[in-house]
Amino acid sequence: MSIQLSAKPEISYLKALLDQCRQDEPVVGGQLNATLGQLRDQAAAIVEELAIPTRRDEEWRFTDLSPLLAVNFQGVEAFFEQFLQHLDLTSLTLPETPDSRLVFVNGVYAPDLSSVSGLPEGVYVGNLAGLPAAYQERIPNYLGKQQGASDIFAALNTSGLTDAAVVWIPKAKIVETPIHLLFISTTDDVPVICQPRCLVVAEAGSVVNLIEHYAANVDGCPDIPVNRPYFNNQVTEIWIEDDAQVIHTRNQREAIDGFHIGKTAVTQARNSRYTCNAISLGARFSRHNLEIVQTGEGTETTLNGLTMIGGEQVADTHSAVLLNHPHGMTDQLHKCIIDDRAHGVFNGKVFVPQSAQFTNAAQLNRNLLLSAKARVNTKPQLEITADQVKCSHGATVSQLDPEDVFYLQSRGLNETNARNLLIDAFVAEILQRIPVDSLRQRLSQCAMCRTM
Amino acid sequence: MIRENSDVILSVRNLTANVEGQQILKGLNLEVKAGEIHAIMGQNGSGKSTFSKLLAGHPAYEVTGGEITFLGQNLLELEPEERALSGIFLAFQYPLEIPGVSNLDFLRVAYNSRRKHQGLEEIDTFDFEDLIEEKLDIVKMNPSFLERSLNEGFSGGEKKRNEILQMALLEPKLAILDETDSGLDIDALKIVANGVNHLANPDNAMILITHYQRMLNYIEPDYVHVMAGGRILKTGGKELALELESRGYEWVIEEAAAEVIA
Repeated sequence: MSIQLSAKPEISYLKALLDQCRQDEPVVGGQLNATLGQLRDQAAAIVEELAIPTRRDEEWRFTDLSPLLAVNFQGVEAFFEQFLQHLDLTSLTLPETPDSRLVFVNGVYAPDLSSVSGLPEGVYVGNLAGLPAAYQERIPNYLGKQQGASDIFAALNTSGLTDAAVVWIPKAKIVETPIHLLFISTTDDVPVICQPRCLVVAEAGSVVNLIEHYAANVDGCPDIPVNRPYFNNQVTEIWIEDDAQVIHTRNQREAIDGFHIGKTAVTQARNSRYTCNAISLGARFSRHNLEIVQTGEGTETTLNGLTMIGGEQVADTHSAVLLNHPHGMTDQLHKCIIDDRAHGVFNGKVFVPQSAQFTNAAQLNRNLLLSAKARVNTKPQLEITADQVKCSHGATVSQLDPEDVFYLQSRGLNETNARNLLIDAFVAEILQRIPVDSLRQRLSQCAMCRTM
Repeated sequence: MIRENSDVILSVRNLTANVEGQQILKGLNLEVKAGEIHAIMGQNGSGKSTFSKLLAGHPAYEVTGGEITFLGQNLLELEPEERALSGIFLAFQYPLEIPGVSNLDFLRVAYNSRRKHQGLEEIDTFDFEDLIEEKLDIVKMNPSFLERSLNEGFSGGEKKRNEILQMALLEPKLAILDETDSGLDIDALKIVANGVNHLANPDNAMILITHYQRMLNYIEPDYVHVMAGGRILKTGGKELALELESRGYEWVIEEAAAEVIA
């Protein structure tokens, strides 16, 4: 029986990945090494009990992972140095963040490419190893401690944890400069797996504007396939304490050959505010798991999402908001534009239990299909047991409306320009919520270029 | 205004057309000359809205016979945007709402498309803003509407005024107003009618499609046509509109039927 089981590709493949990911030891030093070691071992034990999900798993019903299983990924450390020397960041950095930028290459901290000198005193942005001792002591309270459902890929990330990007905003500190967390994957003939990790702690009353950015160092446009697959399996944990505010723009712009599985786990304390602008344009296969847990009353959660895919791309967003206290607010708008033979998936859960009276929850998923073979599976899911709440949810799937196109044509725009204007308008509703000008413009250009 | 030797802008001969396989237009004839205002009246289902959309090139309407000449060229060969660029403007009965497209940007794109077609240089944002300020006055529109998304959340009257604003900007040779009076209160109707009167001149022409005589109190037509069963049954002057208002449409249809029998 056990021979048969280990012969299943979902198990043997995961076992091989786990071995690749556990090659390197933590590099943080001191007491933290022991903390990380413990987290790693616990996570590895979980992974060993599990298998890569198949479409028989409810959470993966619409998303087939078999293309991932067709590639054998290797650990990355050996490739790191040689790439660092000729890495050109000009197309990836942002003019707003020359001195508030943290760069990780293949999940490994790259201090020479980073600069955080523009941040106010007391704010820590760096890797785990450089964290001041006072914060280090508190790491066990945060790292790997999010309440959300544990899943196989997050556990895999933790099992290989060696370091992490850390953003720590002390009490009542308002950071006006945006902070750019840039995670670059290098591509090569040998497919690699890298597992970036990110920890954000916004202490009580603090305010921060974060850009989390996934990209690859490719020549020219990342949308051009070069047959160099890689796998980015990342986890970001965000702790927002009482009255704090985090604006989080997540830009998944992997190269088109890439696989991206990401988890954003957020815990929101009393009267805190969290906004996520999740933009997914890249990767041939991507999955974003977004989980928000409220731990106090009066929290506000705003989730804006845009998925824009074409060719053979698959992009899956699974979000869950767990309200648990009175007077919470959650507002979600997720949009997908799907062209060619691409496939989008949206599953958005909002839980409003009895304890979450006076909740105001809205969720909308709008999908625009641009071709006959484009496909979307959508499942907005609102579970309410509280009785004094205001909740709405819905999903729409449509093509460009020929009446809209005709209206624009009747004003002198040709059909292509009319269609592009309508697509840009659909995209703009989300992009205009990104609070960093250069990033918003760059993404608008990418969106426009895609529709040409 | 009817003048002897003015140029023919639109000539429609024996036009027949289908929508989803069903014949809607059954031999329509119409000639419109420069300086003229024509009203086409008729009951619901008479084919008047079909005719207006067909002139603008709506893809749902299939022309099965006859011809349309616009300024000497075969209109049926032109794409909708080519018709617009050569001077046809349709004010929609139900203008569409397009969230995410600012009204100002949309107007500028439309205006510059027209200029490009005329071989003129496109104008920049600043010059355009000056131009549009002037035009706003024609329809008494608040400049704040320019910053909003195209027609999004506009009231019925605001949408119709926005249509006339577009018309003022694009200066068409032939404007077709499809039930522009529907859903307007009396104040909005007056504003829209004033705008239309302001824009009418000896070089252009207008076709007003309407169900009621009401708008014709404010815009005086040179010709009134009665449409029924996909063709024009009767043509008269502005007094015909008043007669239709008091007597209804049935007598025109009966009269036409009697003529056929005779």
